Amino acid sequence: MATATKKKMVQWEPADVKAELLKKYPPKVARKRAKQIMINEALENETPEITANVRTTPGIITMRGCTYAGCKGVIMGPTRDIVNLVHGPIGCSFYAWLTRRNQTDAGTDGENYINYCFSTDMQEQDIIFGGEKKLAAAVQEIYDLMHPKSIAIFATCPVGLIGDDIHTIAKNMKEKLGDCNVYAFSCEGYKGVSQSAGHHIANNQVFRHIVGENDTPAEGEFKINLLGEYNIGGDGFEIDRIFKKCGITNIATFSGNSTYDQFATAHQADLNAVMCHRSINYVADMLETKFGIPWVKVNFIGANATAKSLRKIAAYFEDQALIDRVEAVIKEEMPEVEEAVTEVRTRTEGKTAMLFVGGSRAHHYQELFKEMGMKVLSAGYEFAHRDDYEGRQVLPNLKVDADSRNIEEIEVEADETRFNPRKTPEQLAALEDAGLKFKHYDGLAPEMEEGTLIIDDLNQYEAEKLVELMKPDIFCAGIKEKFSIMKLGVPMKQLHSYDSGGPYAGFKGAINFYEEIDRLTSSNVWSYLKAPWQENPELTAAYVWE
Amino acid sequence: MLLRHTPKEVGERKAVTINPAKTCQPIGAMYAALGIHGCLPHSHGSQGCCSYHRSTLTRHYKEPISAATSSFTEGASVFGGQANLLQAINNIFSVYEPDVIAVHTTCLSETIGDDLPQIRKKAQTEGKIPEGKYVIGASTPSYVGSHVTGFSNMVKSMVEFAEKTGKKNGKINIIPGWVEPSDMEEIKRMAKLTGVDTIMFPDTSGVLNAPMTGEYKMFPDGGTTVAELKSSGDSTGTLALGEWCSADAARLLDKQCKVPCKVLDMPFGLKATDRFVDAMRTIAGVSVADDLAIERGQLVDMITDMHQYFYKKKVAIAGDPDQVIAMVEFLVSIDMCPVHVVTGTPGKKFEKRIKEITKDKGFEVNVKAKGDLFLLHQWMQNEPVDLLICNTYGKYIARDEDVPLMRWGFPILDRQGHQYFPTVGYKGGLRLLEKILGLLLDRKDRDDPEGTFELVL
Repeated sequence: MATATKKKMVQWEPADVKAELLKKYPPKVARKRAKQIMINEALENETPEITANVRTTPGIITMRGCTYAGCKGVIMGPTRDIVNLVHGPIGCSFYAWLTRRNQTDAGTDGENYINYCFSTDMQEQDIIFGGEKKLAAAVQEIYDLMHPKSIAIFATCPVGLIGDDIHTIAKNMKEKLGDCNVYAFSCEGYKGVSQSAGHHIANNQVFRHIVGENDTPAEGEFKINLLGEYNIGGDGFEIDRIFKKCGITNIATFSGNSTYDQFATAHQADLNAVMCHRSINYVADMLETKFGIPWVKVNFIGANATAKSLRKIAAYFEDQALIDRVEAVIKEEMPEVEEAVTEVRTRTEGKTAMLFVGGSRAHHYQELFKEMGMKVLSAGYEFAHRDDYEGRQVLPNLKVDADSRNIEEIEVEADETRFNPRKTPEQLAALEDAGLKFKHYDGLAPEMEEGTLIIDDLNQYEAEKLVELMKPDIFCAGIKEKFSIMKLGVPMKQLHSYDSGGPYAGFKGAINFYEEIDRLTSSNVWSYLKAPWQENPELTAAYVWE
Repeated sequence: MLLRHTPKEVGERKAVTINPAKTCQPIGAMYAALGIHGCLPHSHGSQGCCSYHRSTLTRHYKEPISAATSSFTEGASVFGGQANLLQAINNIFSVYEPDVIAVHTTCLSETIGDDLPQIRKKAQTEGKIPEGKYVIGASTPSYVGSHVTGFSNMVKSMVEFAEKTGKKNGKINIIPGWVEPSDMEEIKRMAKLTGVDTIMFPDTSGVLNAPMTGEYKMFPDGGTTVAELKSSGDSTGTLALGEWCSADAARLLDKQCKVPCKVLDMPFGLKATDRFVDAMRTIAGVSVADDLAIERGQLVDMITDMHQYFYKKKVAIAGDPDQVIAMVEFLVSIDMCPVHVVTGTPGKKFEKRIKEITKDKGFEVNVKAKGDLFLLHQWMQNEPVDLLICNTYGKYIARDEDVPLMRWGFPILDRQGHQYFPTVGYKGGLRLLEKILGLLLDRKDRDDPEGTFELVL
């Protein structure tokens, strides 16, 4: 019986589980998948190698999406005052319409195009004769209707194939309109191997066309950018609340609840705090090279992780008043968090979880589960690269395959007038000596216990097998996985969209998450899967009615 | 305001679609294929298409949606997707063991010109399709028609199974069109009540409203079996519900196996249901069961009892052509006024039908095929309505305009019930009317001044 209520603790060896996952595959698929399933040795800097960021095998039901989804859906979707115009047949724009839960606060009359869906709705004649004229006309129509300050154009699969020159159209329309920045993204769905390529394409264009466009001095003390935070379920709102309380000025969030001007002034920040390493670490590098802004890795998922990240930022600015204020905020926020976690821990302690999500999230959420005394049995990413598993020290040795080579890397040089190293090499070295690590990320593997299974690009079949074999108390992934896992009688939490919940970031978010996981893993609703007559099919009591 | 940038003034747009009332062909093909028992839909394109369709269908049904993809890369897009599809077919039959793989194309594979029949043939000759298993295929370019077209194309490809043995099976084929699993179940119940033996295809009941048992079945118990699809060539006749969704398949079956067909409107509301039941009775040569007449009477009873509350109320409606045509007829038949009518799917016939149905009914209708929700919203700003009927995307308009919304159509992402409670037939008509009345009367109770607040309505 596969129900959660009837389960026994199955003794399993990771190598056996791995063998079981591979058993049914044709030999070629099994060989490939074997390299993407790693039995963790939990050794920093010396973890075994995992294969990641490689093609999904055709026919294997993957969790992954496409480059367009990563570009338009993830990175550009959350910016409220840029019109996102999708050049292609209607579907791509339709499916990315409001489904990422991009929350924003534009006030009562601010520019907000997030609730809209724009498409050139290409027809057969556009595919045959080209869609450039229609695209230019669509940009003009949007401008005439709404006068946005910026229009972003996204290519879908057929656009690249028929050769529409979207970048020239964008350039021409920008010149023609005068007060509207128009640029384009060659994010055709077939590029790369996952959403990750789309993040890269999006970020490159944001860097090229928007960052640094506005030199009007940004107000505020302790100016940072928060990179790789997408405000799912209001995470960004909670982090901004904490920053404000600490007196830290967040110039730009890339890209949750963001605006065009945030990106345009981002070069004025003095520190980049990188949340989602996968989707944006290269932007942090580019901002450092071009403008002299150092970066540190942060994690605002988990109360302890939040406190640690705030301390990192305060330590960087070397300002005692800020350091004191951060400590005061942590001291003020933590009692409520501790009260909540103590309460749920009586029920969550010792329970088990599996996390397969994103390119950084499966790492970030480990903190929260640890705070609840739960063990992560197995985890992995949908679209990560090796450095997200094993740490950045593997970067120099990464093989660049044909799929990655096609994704543009921008060559960045120091800006002639605006490059300004925020710290001298000596200052940076002193901070490093004091324990603040720059450009540093250890990845997922050291975070997980020895003998756990780390699996890249987990698919439907393996997910079902893992759950059957290891019977976790909760499984975390996305909407496509949700209901097949739940049919097995195992609670499922979406960590892409949060199932309409959240925020889970910061201190208040941690409390929300504890309560949510407690609800999912402690509820009686999972005990009703069998009817009484299925539990006890024998007819022993029949005589009573005779 | 959520849609604060939508101006009241309606201007001409030739190039940009804003807030679409349609999506692309492949998702319709995927939904239709899920109505075959033991079938795994397969999307021949880049993996994002499959991911988006699965996500949307999952959000609509709150059920697992299994489907595979050819996971095109840049290389496949240049050299063709044949190798990907062959590999996919092999992997799918090895790992998931479906009875049928239903392949549909995408704008990507169509633009590069992949030849689906040729690839299927190659799979067959290379022995990649095990004995007793099937691969069917539909061409579903996203740049033609809409999701409705894709549904129709996949249903059409199911006709490929039909065999004419020369011995009639005494059954009626019913092609229900893109309706909910609950609706398909209801149509079968009505047929059974009438004593008509049917083959329904596709049939998503028992697939997309499967129970929670602690067991995951990638291929749930429901769905039209291959044996039934084969036998459809021996049926007495075919009833195709919906010109856009079902007619092509029915006509092909007629051509291929000489099974005569009749194309009807989808049985939403009183009159369309009357025509459906009457057609079923005529083809099968049976008399209509009393039980069904009672159900009809109950619907007429509620219509006459509550007439004053919906009489002359104005409605804006967006959805798919077959559904909207039937719904507009229902609304007009009970003296409501569907003043703004939009479908995203192309088809001049749609506008013509809506104009015919609303002719001389005492109101002017705004109607547009290949329209969008942006236009519908603008119309509503110019001529306000009492009720909006739309999929979930309508809630942004409904909130801005402070109009009650009846969620109906695809997709419904924020409410439950469509999987379980039908809106077709007389019973479904009762449910539609109950919902409409509930919304209108809730609004009345909210808005009535305290002095004239009513207990009994």
